Amino acid sequence: MAEPARARPKPTPETQHFWDGTQAGELRLQRCDACANVYFPPRPFCPSCASRKVSVFKASGKGKLYSYVINHRPAAPGFTPPYAIAVVELDEGPRMMSNIIDCPQTPEALELDMKLEVAFEKLDDKITLPLFRPAKG
Amino acid sequence: MRRNQVAVVGAAETTELGVIPNMSQIQLHADAALNAIADAGLKLSDIDGIATAVETPQQIAHYLGITPTWVDGTSVGGCSFMLHVRHAAAAIEAGLCKTVLITHAESGKSMIGKLPRSTPADSLNGQFEAPFGVYGPPSMFPIPVLRYMKTYGITHEQIAMVAVAQREWAAKNPRAMMKDPITVADVLNSRMIAYPFRLLQCCLVTDGGGALILTSADRAKDFPKKPVYILGTGESVETPMVSQMETFNSSRAFKVAGPTAFKEAGITHKDVDHLMIYDAFAHLPLFGLGDLGFMPHEETGKFIADGNTRPGGKLPLNTNGGGLSYMHSGMYGMYALQESVRQMRGIAPAQVKDAKISVCHGVGGMFAASGTIIFTNEK
Ligand SMILES: [Zn+2]
Repeated sequence: MAEPARARPKPTPETQHFWDGTQAGELRLQRCDACANVYFPPRPFCPSCASRKVSVFKASGKGKLYSYVINHRPAAPGFTPPYAIAVVELDEGPRMMSNIIDCPQTPEALELDMKLEVAFEKLDDKITLPLFRPAKG
Repeated sequence: MRRNQVAVVGAAETTELGVIPNMSQIQLHADAALNAIADAGLKLSDIDGIATAVETPQQIAHYLGITPTWVDGTSVGGCSFMLHVRHAAAAIEAGLCKTVLITHAESGKSMIGKLPRSTPADSLNGQFEAPFGVYGPPSMFPIPVLRYMKTYGITHEQIAMVAVAQREWAAKNPRAMMKDPITVADVLNSRMIAYPFRLLQCCLVTDGGGALILTSADRAKDFPKKPVYILGTGESVETPMVSQMETFNSSRAFKVAGPTAFKEAGITHKDVDHLMIYDAFAHLPLFGLGDLGFMPHEETGKFIADGNTRPGGKLPLNTNGGGLSYMHSGMYGMYALQESVRQMRGIAPAQVKDAKISVCHGVGGMFAASGTIIFTNEK
């Protein structure tokens, strides 16, 4: 029997551009053409002003650690505890859930507001996940 | 909605709480419903409105043998029953029905006749949270805690005191699951679940249920038990994704539901004799005290650590022991409502002397939804 795998996202028509982006090594967000609101998760209209005129753009991939837990039990399939489940605040404004790699999964190493940068982890031929690591320099 | 026009005239929990391996989930609903109907001195045929969550109203109506003229299947997590009370009060006032039965039950521990919860891979949660290792409420609900602590200067010891104070209340309650006294050190040394939270800061997992019966205040005086009036109500929702909350320093759903209920009730915080804040995890009473306007968030940790919410304190909070020590079948809001009703009837195991106003505040999902009900025993 194969090892249990991490939950695999299944894109929808409204989110496909995001998952195409991670595969291409880009973190893609959306900005409202009418009011300039930047938002996440993806949808083809602005949740601030309801305009349907919105654009996809490549985000900087930079952010900071907003909050997290270090999960000990029960562990999700495909994860070895303890592992941090983090919420990253992107420089562009929106927040997203992710994991922090290249960093000990400890309260001492995971300092709130530490600078992070996106790192892409290929799950399979169709899905690449946006993870984050401590920013260099 | 007008104050005190609708009252709770029947309230009961399942005959047993805890581990109930001899009943399916719908039978737990029925057990609670039949107990509440007996408490109100009614017959099943007197019920013309029904509300429930997770299980559908048609499931429960059919199983009990009820033909309703009003139905509410609002299912927004553990505070669904607060919303049911609010909706039922409006429906009774509007003349849509006369006598409403609200049921909750969950075979949360034994898992008999209960659908497993699942997250579709193409839902927003499935795409943008599940892949990062969230796995059940303990891995999600505490995610805002570290930010809240940093923003307001709250300590681990202060949050641990939530569990300690509630265990003191539970010790007075024969039906509470956990009654042995605990210390802050016990809490901070218990098994790590999801840092910063340990086992004693997470709710229990049990079987059980509860039911309420509401009718108009005019009819309520003819019932065998002392009526408990609905003084004020509020509700809201924010997001099913904890990562997408507007801020981790507050709950937007709390900040809408709570103040709406206070405004409707026409009371101030000084008028509150008894308070229930749904405590799926130990940080919720802090968020609740701040967002309901009892005090600035900066003071919530100290307020609890100083003993103000424990037995003998000036603001008795979660007097049944709460989800941390009383019971938690999955959607605890119903048990918070039951405790408020007991306090207003004057029959709670840890009765707050002369309590006249009780505020009962619920959460659904991971801060996804909220409902607040303010009760009084004086018309
Ligand atoms: Zn806009």
